[in-house]
Amino acid sequence: MSRTAILYLNVFVIATCGLVYELLAGTLASYLLGDSVTQFSTCIGVYLFALGVGAWLSSFLDKSLARYFIEVELAVALLGGFSAPLLFLSFASLQFFSVVLYCMILVIGTLVGLELPLLMRILREDLDFKHLVSRVLTFDYVGCLLASLLFPIFLVPDLGLVRTSLLFGICNAVVGLWGTWVLETGLGGGVIFLRIRGVLVIVLLVAGFIKADSFTTWSEDQLYSDAVVYSQTSRYQRIVLTQRASGFQLWLDGNLQFSSRDEYRYHEALVHPAAMLTQRPKRVLVLGGGDGLALREILKYDTVKHVTLVDLDPAMTGLSARFPPLDELNGGAFRDSRVRVVNADAMIWLEQPDEPFDLVIIDFPDPNNFSLGKLYTRRFYRQLKSCLAEDAAVAIQCTSPLEAPRSFWCIVNTLQSAGFSVRPYRVSVPSFGVWGFALAQLKPFVVPQGCRGDLRFLNDRVVEALFQLPNDMQQVATEINRLDNQILVYYYDREWEIVR
Amino acid sequence: MVKTRGQSRGASAADLDRRDLLASFLGASGAVLLEGCQSRERDIGLPPGELVGPSVALGHRIRDGLRLSFPERELQATQVVIVGGGIAGLAAARRLHQEGIEDFVLLELEPEAGGTSRSGQSDIVAYPWGAHYVPAPTREFPALVQLFDEVGVFEGTDAVGDPVVAEEFRCRHPEERLYYKGIWYEGLYLASGASVDDHRQMTRFRAEMDRWVAWRDGRGRRAFAVPVAAGSDDPVVRALDAITMAQWLDQRGFDSPRLRWWVDYACRDDYGLRLEQTSAWAGIYYYCARIPEVGAAARPFVTWPEGNGRLVHHLYSGVRSQCLLGAAVTEVTPRQVEGKAVVDVLGVKAESQQLFGYRAERVIFAAPQFLSRYLIRDYRDNTPRHVTEFSYGAWAVANLTLSEIPQSEGFPLAWDNVLYESPSLGYVATSYQRGLDYGPALITYYYPLCDDDPRAARQRLLQLDREEWAEIALADLGRAHTGIRESAQRVDVMRWGHAMIQPRPGFVWGKARQLASQPFRGVHFGHSDLSGIALFEEAFFHGTRAAEEVLAALRGRVDSIL
Repeated sequence: MSRTAILYLNVFVIATCGLVYELLAGTLASYLLGDSVTQFSTCIGVYLFALGVGAWLSSFLDKSLARYFIEVELAVALLGGFSAPLLFLSFASLQFFSVVLYCMILVIGTLVGLELPLLMRILREDLDFKHLVSRVLTFDYVGCLLASLLFPIFLVPDLGLVRTSLLFGICNAVVGLWGTWVLETGLGGGVIFLRIRGVLVIVLLVAGFIKADSFTTWSEDQLYSDAVVYSQTSRYQRIVLTQRASGFQLWLDGNLQFSSRDEYRYHEALVHPAAMLTQRPKRVLVLGGGDGLALREILKYDTVKHVTLVDLDPAMTGLSARFPPLDELNGGAFRDSRVRVVNADAMIWLEQPDEPFDLVIIDFPDPNNFSLGKLYTRRFYRQLKSCLAEDAAVAIQCTSPLEAPRSFWCIVNTLQSAGFSVRPYRVSVPSFGVWGFALAQLKPFVVPQGCRGDLRFLNDRVVEALFQLPNDMQQVATEINRLDNQILVYYYDREWEIVR
Repeated sequence: MVKTRGQSRGASAADLDRRDLLASFLGASGAVLLEGCQSRERDIGLPPGELVGPSVALGHRIRDGLRLSFPERELQATQVVIVGGGIAGLAAARRLHQEGIEDFVLLELEPEAGGTSRSGQSDIVAYPWGAHYVPAPTREFPALVQLFDEVGVFEGTDAVGDPVVAEEFRCRHPEERLYYKGIWYEGLYLASGASVDDHRQMTRFRAEMDRWVAWRDGRGRRAFAVPVAAGSDDPVVRALDAITMAQWLDQRGFDSPRLRWWVDYACRDDYGLRLEQTSAWAGIYYYCARIPEVGAAARPFVTWPEGNGRLVHHLYSGVRSQCLLGAAVTEVTPRQVEGKAVVDVLGVKAESQQLFGYRAERVIFAAPQFLSRYLIRDYRDNTPRHVTEFSYGAWAVANLTLSEIPQSEGFPLAWDNVLYESPSLGYVATSYQRGLDYGPALITYYYPLCDDDPRAARQRLLQLDREEWAEIALADLGRAHTGIRESAQRVDVMRWGHAMIQPRPGFVWGKARQLASQPFRGVHFGHSDLSGIALFEEAFFHGTRAAEEVLAALRGRVDSIL
């Protein structure tokens, strides 16, 4: 391969890398800060501006062009390569994140902006100006096309953001190191030192690439088909937020809790039938539901005087209160003065509840272990009775009556055995499939009427229909879930294993 | 004060001997287990803790002949004195109280009532120091049903009329798991990897047990009943007491190692004896007495985080004003005074060293039988042979406060957690039973000393101090939970010198037990050891029975609740 061809290949690689860094920055910004239109347009704007700054700065470099080119190349490799891991790390503090983000875009953009002018000036010796401009820009734009196609189709879904960033850093560094041979004549002395640095940068990036294996976000990039925008291991569980074009998703220990696209269907169905049944809810209890989405629905009722939310994990309730996309989604529920958060195991807390409640919303994760299974036992529901007002209504999420009928009906039957009148119902949530709930009261009741007019999903006719169970979701006989048999965990395990 | 092992001492020969000694408590891999923690312990040290009673020193002074003189005219007249405030003594007091007899006093050496059913209290949860569950009583033992009903553990009765235990007083599911070579398995029988022959033997063993469950004698009595006294004394049943459980298994060709382990575990768990030491009668009793009829589920265990401490609390609260705790009886003397039979009871208060004396019409001796030779005046010089036939096992119990529930591989935490390769019985997840799944945890570790000679077992028990027992518990549990030493915040230890009566062959159906149950000059005996097996039900039965004997003597007749 001739020297020119090699340099064109370099242009191509550099262009691809440059665009990948830009796309990474834009993607991360829109994941975390939301509003992808704004984020992408500001990221692209700042990046293009920085390219201009780089181009302008290139005019101040007169001697040792080849050396500058290689230095810039290694710097881009290092900064661009580690951009995604660095941005992930700065997620922890949000104000700081924007500063890191835009500084990084500026610096990377400036360095990338230096690359092409320097390379063109190096190639000037081999080609006439007409061909030089035409070829360099051609390879530049083709590289951009390749990057923009690879990024959504292959890189993000298969490699994940962190690995993508490190991989392209390695590409940049290889170009730099290779340049020390291709451009050897223009380098003068100290080539060995430059090569050693090139190798060092590659080693660092490769080490990062390997280390990324133990970096949980990366493995989660693999686990979750969408990009992980937040992850934290609290004392109780692993909390992960992922993002895709249609919205973001919350996962607890790898189980989907909601997708922002359709969670309103779930949460309206969870809260409003019970609220309608109790008519004028004043004192409300939420067990589980640390995402605050049930709170958002409850707080729509002006009659509500206070809401006690009992959720095990302070990391979860804290995230819901402070993480902007979640805070936005739950309507700032945690800032409402009527809401009181208690971080406790609901079963222990129920030993000493503080007041009788008119409305209780129970939104625990599915019963996939014994610690969760106990929150669906007859004992638990009996304890619950002691904190209910006479007319109180209770709504409980009961997993899917279609996929896990035995689990679903086990919860319903257990509630009945604890002395509740129960009406099961279901709703279709695209992210989950068909999802089931139980509406319960201490006395017999009919399907409630009088739905609010301001809901996205529910109206009176829909509420009525939710309680009409299709033929494939009819009642099945089950054992009663008790502390001393935890039969529900076994039903659940068996049924979801088949589905999986 | 925390005592850090290995801090200021070099590895002297004495230290190495000590290490060998500790290793001998941990079975075949003991030395390795202790080595594993040796390197870490310099940084970590042992967590603090206390060595809890029983009052060995005072007990030994009485054994060695402590004699008090007490002026006769200062003896306090009382109708009945109950010696011993364990379950039997408390049950006797309850029975007297039920019949309107209030002129009695219960004397207990320890500062707390309850005997081996005592419990403790931590910031996290109350915990047991000994007995920690009772199989739910059936309608065949109405007095016990009545007691449990008072405690409020029932929610109605089932189809055949047996009381139903509310779920919160049953063992939380999962009930048991077993650790074997790196993994926890559900249940106590190691089914994983069992051969066809293992399974076949297990099936055959269950069939043998079913045969005994169904067995009735000419009078319609079960072979194994609760209480023992309600069961059959047919020669066929009694013959089982002549051989060991190991011999019984041998005779029937039960050689499956895992089956034998499972039965051995049952013997160690209930009696503190190994297969080769346990009467076959007792071994089979364990499997049959809890099952009302063939095919029926075994009666569930009734339990609380603090174990049978809950029952102690209930019994004690009914007779609190008549109980004198920390009161060591030193002498029980039956005598004739002005033609009337009385029993003088002398003693000393452990704390104040103040002497006390009672003159009673009757005494209920609700302490273990072995004490009778030190306390009853007539027995001192002329000890009846039957008294010497009672032998008792030694146990260590440790309560470990952990910063979190131990991590484990395989089947998740259960109520009872047993290690296949350990000479201990594993641990009960006490805070788990309380419903606590997160944060600090408390587990209760049980270790029976199964020496052939009970006296050797007691010596081995007492030669180790709190630190050494804590070391054993941590090294032993470290097999299954590598981080347990780091997460241990406290290890409190109880050493029981005479924890439980031992049903060795020949004892349950021998003469000693019957002779010891006979009243002696106004002293009536009532203790679980009179059954030959140390169970709550037996203590309750014999305490109540002794009280009824006294009631009959005082009043001429009594309507028995037994």
